[in-house]
Amino acid sequence: MRIVIASGKGGTGKTTVATGLARSCEGDVQLLDCDVEEPDCHLFLKPNIEGSEAVGIPIPTVDGEKCTGHGECGKICQYNAIVSLGGAPVVFPELCHGCGGCALVCPEEAITEVPRQVGVVEYGHSGHIEFIQGRLRVGEAMSPPVMRAVKKYVREGATTIIDAPPGTSCPVVEAVKHTDFAVLVTEPTPFGLNDLTLAVEMLRKLRIPLGVVINRAGIGDDGVEAYCRSEGISILLRIPYDRRIAVAYSRGETLEVAIPEYREKLAGLATAIAAKVSS
Amino acid sequence: MNELVVVSGKGGTGKTTLVAAFAALAEKTVLADCDVDAADLHLLLEPRIRRREPFKSGHTAFIRQADCTQCGVCDTHCRVDAIRIDRDPDGNPTFSVDSISCEGCGVCVHFCPEGAIDFPESTCGEWFVSETRQGPMVHARLGIAEENSGKLVTLVRNEAKRIVHDRHFELLIADGPPGIGCPVIASITGASLVLLVTEPTLSGLHDLERGFELADQLGVPTAVCVNQHDINPSMTETIDRECEQRSIPVVGHIRHSRDVVHAMVAKQSVVEYTESPVAEEIRKVWHQVNAMLQAGAETRA
Ligand code: SF4
Ligand code: SF4
Repeated sequence: MRIVIASGKGGTGKTTVATGLARSCEGDVQLLDCDVEEPDCHLFLKPNIEGSEAVGIPIPTVDGEKCTGHGECGKICQYNAIVSLGGAPVVFPELCHGCGGCALVCPEEAITEVPRQVGVVEYGHSGHIEFIQGRLRVGEAMSPPVMRAVKKYVREGATTIIDAPPGTSCPVVEAVKHTDFAVLVTEPTPFGLNDLTLAVEMLRKLRIPLGVVINRAGIGDDGVEAYCRSEGISILLRIPYDRRIAVAYSRGETLEVAIPEYREKLAGLATAIAAKVSS
Repeated sequence: MNELVVVSGKGGTGKTTLVAAFAALAEKTVLADCDVDAADLHLLLEPRIRRREPFKSGHTAFIRQADCTQCGVCDTHCRVDAIRIDRDPDGNPTFSVDSISCEGCGVCVHFCPEGAIDFPESTCGEWFVSETRQGPMVHARLGIAEENSGKLVTLVRNEAKRIVHDRHFELLIADGPPGIGCPVIASITGASLVLLVTEPTLSGLHDLERGFELADQLGVPTAVCVNQHDINPSMTETIDRECEQRSIPVVGHIRHSRDVVHAMVAKQSVVEYTESPVAEEIRKVWHQVNAMLQAGAETRA
């Protein structure tokens, strides 16, 4: 079962729910941190990192001897990442999506592809949890290749919990794709509601079943509750605002460590999701 | 012209709350919401939309079934698994493009032996120019599951700059996106000042470090503001020290206060909503930031 923890807006408590849920699930559990721009789960789970793997995207290098200046490469490239002005073309590595088009199209076979590192995947364990995270290199623009590399670690048969980046654009879709259920973490404020509706729209477009966790329940207004009611979205859990939780979070402590009664609640959340997925 | 961009490594640290307050305190300002993926500033400023434009960027492949011979060349070349192969009960395949996965590289379009793949320009969102009670605002909405957020951010910034120029204003305040990827790079490159809003948490500190690194790589001046500083005073100290070591000015600490959410519910900025201490702290932050902007402008001149 693959559960993705997402939210339209950042800072709503995605990581709190993802790590707390992983800790409270028994058996074979994996946690994949796909928020590769700001991976934070490790701060809470303090895993033992056992190994890592570089993530690269293949970018072209041009053999000046073979190049006859046709410029076919520049014509096929949709991202202006290879530009030919008569002589051998110039490559702009940060713009290249690694699609391979230029190498395929070159009539002189003057282009070979070499990997360029854009990030890293690290793996290890935290107690009974198998832990995997991706980290985008600072200054790199494209996170999806790193997320795809993290998601290669998804194992059939395990309970896989995926922490997605905030938002609804292409990197989020990459994290959310091919999951069985999405937990949307939100807060009961106008911002929370606005971003929740966008996230719901995205998940419906991708046909992924979803439920909502309301974090810091009680702080704002009842817009989120009313929206869920009218849209027929189930509210899986309400986590009332509690300064103890904020303080624990600031120290890098997981929810069920800060307030032990959440262990049961989070385990209940996992059971409820499992029931929804199998029905 | 000065351009202030407010960002936070992690989302939800109070970026938009600050931008709305600065907008109320600053004069002759144009606002830009560069958080095109989850824009919230409009909720506080209630813009009246004056101009609305589609955002076209990139292309998406589309297979014309009538011309497709099911040879599979497109699937061989696609590196993002965007070619879907559905089989009928007899096992006959139908090839189609999953428009959500397609990154618009055009390789299948070029290599399809039948020329069966169309490649129309895609509309990835919309952008708007509005009037608000705090002045003009440029904002946008990236379509669900769309790419090219960096390009949309650049468009929003450029449009906002044009308005600053046309109206002889001096300041642009931008609400930036979270993270450190493509839209963030597009938001802060070339800004006069980046204000990093953080919270005194372990993850706040961690994300702040990545933010510093990025700002440093791009060569933009940076300042820090610690929001909800009283949640963890010793972490606030750690952040202050970290900033001092890097010679990055801390322009203020803002307390945790329920007034912030109450103001949001009332569709107001904190400084419009209340005179309470939290509003006072935000005003102080603005004065510091404004002083930095003025000083920066003098050095540039
Ligand atoms: S691999 Fe694709 S994106 Fe990169 S330079 Fe070649 S054609 Fe352009
Ligand atoms: S390459 Fe062209 S003809 Fe071949 S399967 Fe793809 S769309 Fe059909």
